Amino acid sequence: MKIHEYQAKELFRKYKIAVPKGRAAFTPEEAILSAKELGEYPVVIKAQIHAGGRGKGGGVKLAGSEAEAENIAKQIIGMSLITHQTGAEGRVVKKVLVEQGLNIEKELYLSILPDRATGKNLIIASEAGGMDIEAVAEETPKKLIKVYVDPLMGIQPYHLRKTAFGLNISADCIKGFSALLKGLYNLFTDYDCSLVEINPLVITKDNKVIALDAKMDFDDNAIFRHKNIAEYRDIDEEDALEAEASKFGLNYINLNGNIGNMVNGAGLAMATMDIIKQAGAEPANFLDVGGGADAVMIENGFRIILRDSKVKGILINIFGGILRCDVLASGVVEAAKKNDINVPVVVRMEGTNVAEGRKILLDSGLAIITAVDIKDAAQKVSAIVAG
Amino acid sequence: MSIFVNKNTRVVVQGITGKEGRFHTAQCVDYGTRIVAGVTPGKGGQQADNISVFNTVAEAALKTKADCSLIFVPPQFAADAIMEAADAGIKLIVAITEGIPIADMMRVKGFLKDKNTRLIGPNCPGIITPGECKIGIMPAPIHTPGGPIGVISRSGTLTYEVVYQLTQKNIGQTTCIGIGGDPVNGTNFIDCLKAFEEDADTKGIVMVGEIGGSAEEEASEFISAYVTKPVVGFVAGLTAPPGRRMGHAGAIISGGSGTAAGKITAMKKAGINVCENLGTFGELCAETFNFSG
Repeated sequence: MKIHEYQAKELFRKYKIAVPKGRAAFTPEEAILSAKELGEYPVVIKAQIHAGGRGKGGGVKLAGSEAEAENIAKQIIGMSLITHQTGAEGRVVKKVLVEQGLNIEKELYLSILPDRATGKNLIIASEAGGMDIEAVAEETPKKLIKVYVDPLMGIQPYHLRKTAFGLNISADCIKGFSALLKGLYNLFTDYDCSLVEINPLVITKDNKVIALDAKMDFDDNAIFRHKNIAEYRDIDEEDALEAEASKFGLNYINLNGNIGNMVNGAGLAMATMDIIKQAGAEPANFLDVGGGADAVMIENGFRIILRDSKVKGILINIFGGILRCDVLASGVVEAAKKNDINVPVVVRMEGTNVAEGRKILLDSGLAIITAVDIKDAAQKVSAIVAG
Repeated sequence: MSIFVNKNTRVVVQGITGKEGRFHTAQCVDYGTRIVAGVTPGKGGQQADNISVFNTVAEAALKTKADCSLIFVPPQFAADAIMEAADAGIKLIVAITEGIPIADMMRVKGFLKDKNTRLIGPNCPGIITPGECKIGIMPAPIHTPGGPIGVISRSGTLTYEVVYQLTQKNIGQTTCIGIGGDPVNGTNFIDCLKAFEEDADTKGIVMVGEIGGSAEEEASEFISAYVTKPVVGFVAGLTAPPGRRMGHAGAIISGGSGTAAGKITAMKKAGINVCENLGTFGELCAETFNFSG
């Protein structure tokens, strides 16, 4: 789960990680008040959306006066901010963070994430701060400092030294940097983060180490033990259909294609998307109803796909194990009764109670196209796209 | 022959009195698996479908000589359940549970390092040696006993699909293992490849991967160096968008790495016969695993 920069900075403050003075504003009026509170110009006004590349997209601006702050706030709040992570439609900005401007000496990069290959926590740092870290990794991998921390042992002073000296931190700043990194590691582990990233981390002209930006992502599987983090969730940042699906415990991702699909199991769901592509169409979504799905979940999943206006046809691919084919068929029939189905639906079922499932679909009188196996299903999807 | 489990494997089920645990235990018993005990803390002394329930794994292992544990414990308690089983000297732990926090699994991994215990999973369908024992949640009827193919997969239902296609072509299986869809797990592709390579009855191997991480790439290098048996591979997620978690916690393309295309390239380079269209998986296996000639 992602949170906003201003929320991440609230957590940073709790862990004594220095951040610029400032606060969030939801209207231009609030933004001007926040700027006045800071008492000194320039101030920085930063759009708060869950996507990177905000600066390049025109969502981060410097204001030298109150009038300028007002103009910029009006401009940013309500704009559709387009970055390389938002897609072409962009994201509507509903809040900004107003912060003091700093005199920056040097910009660094610092992040922590779990490393799946080693099962350890990994600190990544670079002197090339402010840049896209993926570009740094690609172009100059030697500039990246990587320090692995055994989670059973926790962060040790030598980890801090290794990172600090690797970044050529000056003697005046070593203490401040080490305290910050230690706090950041503790924050990372205390809240089950899947990423904390400061880009840039800045050294100011008066030798302070300050997190100019803050990005945090949390392990969805661990949110249950962090109720305060769950409260940071911002539904406005989520796709409407995805938010709706999550209410029913459905694993749904909205994509750009024209063939909707519903599958049990993540691997088979991905493979089914690939089949759609190979059949000459594009998947409109990823939807894994899970192994233990019941008729109600199936019905809701089907309803959500039908609400997607891009969808020109639907492929349901179920390998019945725990989820029985008769349960699936009942759910599809129920959803069909309650919703207008105006696109062709191909159903491929195999496994537990497949005969009963096929009978339910047949008896329903619905115009459902039955596929006998995956190859057949792909051909039937091809026919929909061609026709 | 088979790998890791056979008809003599003695299984204790952790979380046997829960809904899932009870249902799947009955299915495993029906298949002929020797389920010798169950564990639910606080319910020791009770019976669950004629299986004795104990409070701790240590007690269950001591009294029933269980050497394998099957775990259905909810995610918030599952890491602890795995460590309890390992501490009790259980040699093989099969963790079905989905949704264990990654930090918990990192702790488990560290804990298991100096133990003589193999962990399969978590977030997996389990392991089956067709005709001998089923330790997991996979539907039994799709399997064909007697080999000669070993199956390894990161997925659940996708594994059922490929096993079903093997069975449709009258190709049997020695052992089928789901290693799970989590970013930090126990047994990996290489552990299974090594065991299948050493197993005399396994003549060919099916390897099913998906986007995220670099396990398929590492397995490919291992295959090119050490595996003499033919391998058919499949990777799900060619159309998966970057930066999105595709259901499985581990199925995510991050920073341009972990793509299906990259994995397929690595597998082909290692001489793996990669199936690029799931509809033709069975046919490709029939061609590749033609041992009669």
